[in-house]
Amino acid sequence: MGWFKRQKSAEDIEKSSKNLEGMWLKCNLCRAIIYAKEVERNQKVCPKCDYHFPFSVEERIAHLTDEQSFQEWDADIVPEDALEFVDTMSYSDRLLAAQKKTGKNEAIVSGQCTIDGHVLGIGIFNFRFMGGSMGSVVGEKICRAIDRSLDAKMPFLLITTSGGARMQEGALSLMQMAKTASALARFAEARLPFIVLLTDPTFGGVTASVAMLGDVILAEPKALIGFAGPRVIEQTIKQRLPDGFQRAEFLLEHGMIDRIVSRKNLKFEIHSLLQYVSP
Amino acid sequence: MKEYLDFEKPIRELEERITRLQKAGSKKQSVQDQIEKQTIRLNDLEIEIYGNLTPWQRSQIARHPQRPSISNYLELITQNFLELHGDRLFGDDRAIIGGFTQINEQPVMVIGQEKGKTLKERMQRNFGMPNPEGYRKALRLMKMAEKFKRPIITFIDTPGAYPGLEAEQRGQAEAIARNLLTMARLRVPIIAIITGEGGSGGALALGVADRVLILEHSIYSVISPEGCAAILWDDATKAAQAASALKLTAPELIKIGVVDEVISEPLGGAHRDVEATALHLQQTIQTQLRQISALPVETLLRERDEKFRRMGAIRQAHNSSHEKAST
Ligand SMILES: [Zn+2]
Repeated sequence: MGWFKRQKSAEDIEKSSKNLEGMWLKCNLCRAIIYAKEVERNQKVCPKCDYHFPFSVEERIAHLTDEQSFQEWDADIVPEDALEFVDTMSYSDRLLAAQKKTGKNEAIVSGQCTIDGHVLGIGIFNFRFMGGSMGSVVGEKICRAIDRSLDAKMPFLLITTSGGARMQEGALSLMQMAKTASALARFAEARLPFIVLLTDPTFGGVTASVAMLGDVILAEPKALIGFAGPRVIEQTIKQRLPDGFQRAEFLLEHGMIDRIVSRKNLKFEIHSLLQYVSP
Repeated sequence: MKEYLDFEKPIRELEERITRLQKAGSKKQSVQDQIEKQTIRLNDLEIEIYGNLTPWQRSQIARHPQRPSISNYLELITQNFLELHGDRLFGDDRAIIGGFTQINEQPVMVIGQEKGKTLKERMQRNFGMPNPEGYRKALRLMKMAEKFKRPIITFIDTPGAYPGLEAEQRGQAEAIARNLLTMARLRVPIIAIITGEGGSGGALALGVADRVLILEHSIYSVISPEGCAAILWDDATKAAQAASALKLTAPELIKIGVVDEVISEPLGGAHRDVEATALHLQQTIQTQLRQISALPVETLLRERDEKFRRMGAIRQAHNSSHEKAST
């Protein structure tokens, strides 16, 4: 599941991010040509259409958490190629390439932080690492982050962006859905709050497990969120999909998420929410 | 009518030849000798072909149009099946069958996907691809089983959850996720059996269990071989290669710890002897159910969580400088 063929591919997203260093860039959504510095000043939000460009993990931490408060957990867990998976390239080589490109061991960073003084556990997916796909390490790091939050009796916040389960780990990646859901079930029994922020894009096995299990589910404006990829759906039903299909606004209208939150309000909203749900 | 898969062509030809000889009805010794000789050859051929199945051939058997499904097993190994319908929210998804029944004289809740046998039934059942209301019906029935303290047995056979526009609108992802979370903590024993095609999240939504069993020629995968080939090879015709890479067959799945037991099938697949398969399945269910029913609930739940927690291939890198630097 998951790894759908995007019209807007991972490479496109990266291209836009890369072009941020240049003078001008084209919005992923409205295709407007915008002055890069203006987008940067605007928290990487398109001034024309409110599209939220992907944040890197570092940008997310700087934007959301209190200065110097983030302490990383489990950065040293690395994946194994249990299936010895080879397609046009071996999984081992893909991993090495992703590690080299991102400087990270895997597609999620987890840790403890404070947000306006509230202490909480946090997990942040990294789309640049193999499309943020969930394999064994991502599943394990989410479970450990949940366990650590449980031990410390603190809330857990998960910020998602993912193409879904990682195909190169076969059924083992599928099982990460069950594994993380099981950890979340224990977390819920302890009546601790689990908050999800869905960002562009979140699909497949990640949506069909952790991402949809938040007590409160927030989403960034215009984020694409779904189970099946739009192309797969179009091929199945042999119809064109309506405009705005699978965007955050569509999910809100259909009752699937609690709130759409702009970056400029995000820290304040999470702070307010934590005041209501913190133990 | 017997249906043959492409790689079964030599078997088909030989079977037809034997039938022709038999039909001729000749009592001549030479003809009788010929029939006997060809029958021995057929046996050897079957052992050769079915004994060396590739992952792609196994996938084809798992999806065989005559492969027995939950309906067959309900009929053959359970008594007094009482089907229960609907999710109480939207509708009744016929891609999933569920209800109370008795197996080995024990009352249980049985739930599973049904692809259908005839074209008409297949269409009614959406080829075994559930919509959110199917998963929500399953969830309702599982919670009922918990309330009345009945074990749950699920039969998994689906290409996957239906990738449709309305399925997305009604929260396909949420429905699957909710089942995973709820099944993890249901206070009754759960057995999941992959009887055919275990198609990704749509299969797993009935698969969080104390014991996960798989029929020998069933498959269980994160993505279909065709889907995987289309994405990674950019070529859907590379499905056979993808099937090998995905390690989706029963013997491979037990090696990586995703399933607990492989239930053997008659030579060539369950459809070649449905009664024998059903009987074998019944015995396995009985043994497994006896084991997990003996456990105290807290132990059952702890072991269920730990079982899935162990799944995965990870390693702790020794240079943990990264973590230390940031703490
Ligand atoms: Zn824009």
